[in-house]
Amino acid sequence: MKRFHKLIALLAVLMMVFSLAACGNNSKSTVGTDTGESTDNTQSSGDAEATTDEASAPSDDLIVVGFSQVGAESDWRTANTESMKSTFSEANGYQLIFDDAQQKQENQIKAVRNFIQQDVDYIVIAPVTETGWDTVLQEAKEAGIPVIIVDRMIDVSDDSLFTAWVGSNFLQEGYNAVEWLAGYLDSKGRAEEPINIVTLQGTIGSSAQIGRTDGFAEKMAAYSNWTMLEKQTGEFTQSKGQEVMESFLKSYDDIDVVIAENDNMAFGAIDAIQAAGKTCGPDGDITIVSFDAVAAAFDAMIAGTMNVSIECNPLHGPRVAEIIQKLDAGETVDKLQYVEEGVFPAETAAEIKPTRAY
Amino acid sequence: MNFRIKKLDSKQFLLLITIGLFLVMYLIGIMVFQDKNFGKLQVFLNLFISNAGLIVAATGMTMVIITGGIDISVGSVIAMTCMLLAWMMEIKGMNAILALIIVLVVGLVYGLVQGWLIAYLKIQPFIVTLAGLFFARGMTAVISTDMISIKNELFLTWANAKIYFPFGGAVNRKGVMVYPYLYPSVLLALITLVLFFVILKYTKFGRSVYAVGGNEQSALMMGVNIRRIKLKVYAVNGVLGTFAGFLFSLNTCAGFVEQAKGFEMEAIASSVIGGALLSGGVGNVFGSLFGVLIKGTIETFITFQGTLSSWWTKITIAVLLAFFIILQSVLTSRKVKHS
Repeated sequence: MKRFHKLIALLAVLMMVFSLAACGNNSKSTVGTDTGESTDNTQSSGDAEATTDEASAPSDDLIVVGFSQVGAESDWRTANTESMKSTFSEANGYQLIFDDAQQKQENQIKAVRNFIQQDVDYIVIAPVTETGWDTVLQEAKEAGIPVIIVDRMIDVSDDSLFTAWVGSNFLQEGYNAVEWLAGYLDSKGRAEEPINIVTLQGTIGSSAQIGRTDGFAEKMAAYSNWTMLEKQTGEFTQSKGQEVMESFLKSYDDIDVVIAENDNMAFGAIDAIQAAGKTCGPDGDITIVSFDAVAAAFDAMIAGTMNVSIECNPLHGPRVAEIIQKLDAGETVDKLQYVEEGVFPAETAAEIKPTRAY
Repeated sequence: MNFRIKKLDSKQFLLLITIGLFLVMYLIGIMVFQDKNFGKLQVFLNLFISNAGLIVAATGMTMVIITGGIDISVGSVIAMTCMLLAWMMEIKGMNAILALIIVLVVGLVYGLVQGWLIAYLKIQPFIVTLAGLFFARGMTAVISTDMISIKNELFLTWANAKIYFPFGGAVNRKGVMVYPYLYPSVLLALITLVLFFVILKYTKFGRSVYAVGGNEQSALMMGVNIRRIKLKVYAVNGVLGTFAGFLFSLNTCAGFVEQAKGFEMEAIASSVIGGALLSGGVGNVFGSLFGVLIKGTIETFITFQGTLSSWWTKITIAVLLAFFIILQSVLTSRKVKHS
């Protein structure tokens, strides 16, 4: 009798598990049947299959894209995911298979393997880590599936393992910061004054930190009246940014400019400055230059505590779609592609904010 | 007479449920994702390729759980192994074979220290291995907080050496003929599994392991040196942990502090789903293999489905674990009643 109860329990659990796994599936399973057809096509027409496929394709022949995302750790990341999801919609002729790796590279490797088996047309990866991609990308290459990397760069022994990379030019962001600052100081009539700068760096070793620090340092050399008093990491967090700024304020009493390598650290720095009884922003003593340009940064600029935020554009979807369209048409694409990024000073913040997607 | 058959049944019963569950899940996967190639041989092989390290870690974990212990340091040990391998080969320019031997020795020492604390000082395994967890993760960060990519030629040859099947190839949508393949890491994992199945089942050491976990008092009376058995189990598990780390690094080719977080929990879940009893004395390494495969199947389900949040893996595993633990407690309470 007891055994019988157990079996019932087992059945119940089984049914739960499978209803979970199966529930979302009914809504879309469009790829399937045409897989066989295109296989037949390709056997006869060899290399030119991509184009013939497209030409003879009925409207329901979607391009299947597998996208492995890092996770959902920040607003920036969520905007990035949304950009992909809205670009690769069925209305635009795509089917997106999305996988959230929960910040784990091993999950991404599994996801890519599954994409290969599902015969996707393109694999897009926003890598968790820069390293460790050789083996699985080799498998994708052997299966003939182009791989597009977005956001972070990867470090592989053979560059042919990925077709293209789309992301931010952090070095250029550093240049933009210098350019804006020079123009700003000029407009305030302080171009000849000695300017003291401190930098709140991002997590040391991250590509954003390296690019922004180096870009700024490189262009800053042209301005002999600028002095970099100190650079310290605030690890991209608000609390650490505040802490480091507090120690800067104790060590130096004549800071003119704060460079915060992301918006969160800038918010921390603003808190520290205000707590020390100083003012910052367009009308304050200290100029705040920040990076990323997330929505909250626009709020800070509107409130008058931040001078400028240099954009780090997460909207990679359209750019990736452009690459896929070109590849599908048999064209070659540039290996490294930077997304367009703007500079948003406080004066225009109020009018630009409503147009921002993130 | 009646009672003896029943007792034997309850152990087999857990294992049979696990195997049955896996088969049913897989068949349902094939049916539901028929149009997405779920039934392809390579999808099945990928379960092993992606989880080779976990198979070895779960084998060690099962052995530890059979003695009534637990080892939650495995994930950190794996991260430390990957980092050590990457650091020795890339920064120190060491030979890959030498680096492998060194990490296995490190694993042995790690296991011996943990085992000694547990067996001879009678400290709770959970506490000892919790300290081990923090220590190994900390040491990983001490070696390097950067990601180190492994580019050692010999190592990459190992990592990329595919064993192709001579049959079952299929042309994919891109018009490329792809044969099913495995990596050597899978074979190494399966050999380890079979080896430990034989050791646990047919050697004096193996029987002592079950005796210690089943009832320490009676094991003592049977003349089993409990402390030595425990020390050996943790030492072997230490080596298996670093070996799992080696297999893991073959898959990821990198050393990084954040790697393999929560891996120990996956190993424990696999063992438990595979029929190992946390109270000790019962368990089977083949069961843990199926535990690993079930986890892999759920993950495959979720990527094939394509729109579901991958957190459903964790939720489903949680449901399964709850189910198996309840089942175990029902079975053990019955065992106690009878004896």
